[in-house]
Amino acid sequence: MVLSPARLRVSDLARVGLSGLRARPLRAVLSALGIAIGIAAMTAVVGISSSSRADLDRALAALGTNLLTVGPGNTMFGESATLPDESVSMISRIGPVYAVAAIGAVSDTGVYRTDRIPSAQTGGISVAAAQPGLLSTVGASVASGSWLNAATARYPAVVLGATAARRLGSVPSVYLGGRWFTVVGVLNPVPLAPELDSAALVGWPSAAEYLDFDGHPTTVYTRSADAQVSAVRGVLAATANPSNPNEVKVSRPSDALEARRATDRTFTQLLLGLGAVALLVGGIGVANTMVISVLERRAEIGLRRSLGATRGQIRVQFVSESMLLSLAGGAAGVLIGFVVTAFYASTQTWPTVVPLWALCGGVGATVVIGAVAGWYPAVRAARLAPTEALASA
Amino acid sequence: MTQVIELSGATKSYPGGVTALDSVDLGVEYGELAAVVGPSGSGKSTMLHLIGTLDRPSAGTVRIDGHDVARLSDRQLSALRARRIGFVFQQFHLAPGRTAVANVADGLLYAGVRRKERERRAEAALHRVGLGGRLGHRPHQLSGGERQRVAIARAVAGDPALLLADEPTGNLDSAAGSGVVELLRELHAGGTTVLVITHDRELADELPRQIALRDGRVI
Repeated sequence: MVLSPARLRVSDLARVGLSGLRARPLRAVLSALGIAIGIAAMTAVVGISSSSRADLDRALAALGTNLLTVGPGNTMFGESATLPDESVSMISRIGPVYAVAAIGAVSDTGVYRTDRIPSAQTGGISVAAAQPGLLSTVGASVASGSWLNAATARYPAVVLGATAARRLGSVPSVYLGGRWFTVVGVLNPVPLAPELDSAALVGWPSAAEYLDFDGHPTTVYTRSADAQVSAVRGVLAATANPSNPNEVKVSRPSDALEARRATDRTFTQLLLGLGAVALLVGGIGVANTMVISVLERRAEIGLRRSLGATRGQIRVQFVSESMLLSLAGGAAGVLIGFVVTAFYASTQTWPTVVPLWALCGGVGATVVIGAVAGWYPAVRAARLAPTEALASA
Repeated sequence: MTQVIELSGATKSYPGGVTALDSVDLGVEYGELAAVVGPSGSGKSTMLHLIGTLDRPSAGTVRIDGHDVARLSDRQLSALRARRIGFVFQQFHLAPGRTAVANVADGLLYAGVRRKERERRAEAALHRVGLGGRLGHRPHQLSGGERQRVAIARAVAGDPALLLADEPTGNLDSAAGSGVVELLRELHAGGTTVLVITHDRELADELPRQIALRDGRVI
């Protein structure tokens, strides 16, 4: 008769591992909790940061990343440069550019709620002349009232940015450049051109007539075909100011939004590190539970050896018990992390996004932790001589 | 190969110079019912460990079911225990919180029997020891005698060549104890080889053969 031990089936192994945990449910729950907290923290951190990123992506998709702005830089001597008056019409002749609009800052002019306010208290609101196409080019919309049209652009009428309107309050007219301007509209916030939020916009002709506006554009907004954005970017400076292209500053506002991601990422890594520490502590908790379990269950080990369990089968029993314990904690942790993410995202009106790799990685990590934490106790259990184990009962 | 247990010159000594078993010669035939009897410290437990292949002799040979224990690896000894030897302990060693059937079925776990078959055989074994009405009971719902019967059912569920009972009545009152002895007799009558290890002379005298031990020697 050939003597070779029978192989334990995986289902039997799982049942044996589970029965060990079921014998002491409170202890199993508490030590799984340590793992659960670590995994929940990590899942929530990853989930929240990717939800925030998804929200940003959604915003960028809605706003478009094809907006380029052109503004005056500095001259070679460090003085502020100006854009030539013709720059707008020249930029509009670049093939892929399908929308162009400019604003021109009206310097040294404040906007006031009444004529009694000291001129120094501008409230940080700037005044700019705006071209009619501005609204559609920057993707802005009117919150109330209407945008400047050909008629109101010639008269003392003003459209306020969102922040400017909040600071001035709800008034029918504002005191601007020594005379009253009627407020004809208020804009919604403009994510891609936040400088418009704190601006009071008047028509180009009216700025020239009432406010001594010099007619130089200070920011030219352009939209170009998506595939051509970088090509357009390359020629914009030379087009806007052919004689001094180095005095032109070209930027892509969506880049600023993208930069927010990089900051997010650093912070996320820090929090992930904290989660990893929690997970490590949880793993030590599992190892501790298993060491105690092995000490307490010497009689069971002896019995199983007498029933014919090999050393390997005892070892694999305790390792699988540890893995199951850790896995239960990990599954609970992933669930908790997901719920936390969903809750936080809902308070921020973000979409809930938890990447699949985070879910699988979380569960996978706990299995590895369980195996590592259970290995030493399991080896000790397997090394126990059967006679010794039975004698201790 | 007619003897299930064959000890020749079997010696077990422990570090520190203690010789628990001193060149014992012993043979037990298949189908025997025998008692190993002796006061505590006589080497009974050591003999149980050697015969149960839980330990190896320091000198001499131990052959169980025809296998020389000294020549087998730990894995092979495990397989021998799983298939050919059944143990009954004084403390029963039942898993708390698990039903009688589950406890008995676990006895077949390491013999490579599938779960359904384990349960079927466990039920049959429980019927055999007279606990057909206690299949779903947990250890704390059973009397001491019933618990020992569950343990015996676990030991015989795999039809071992040898049933080793270590003080099977040690934790039982005399009524339950005699019931257990009666059961062992029945199993023997059914063809099982039974070796009872006990310090109880009275119990030993009820059995067909006594092997008396004193100071590690058979007398």
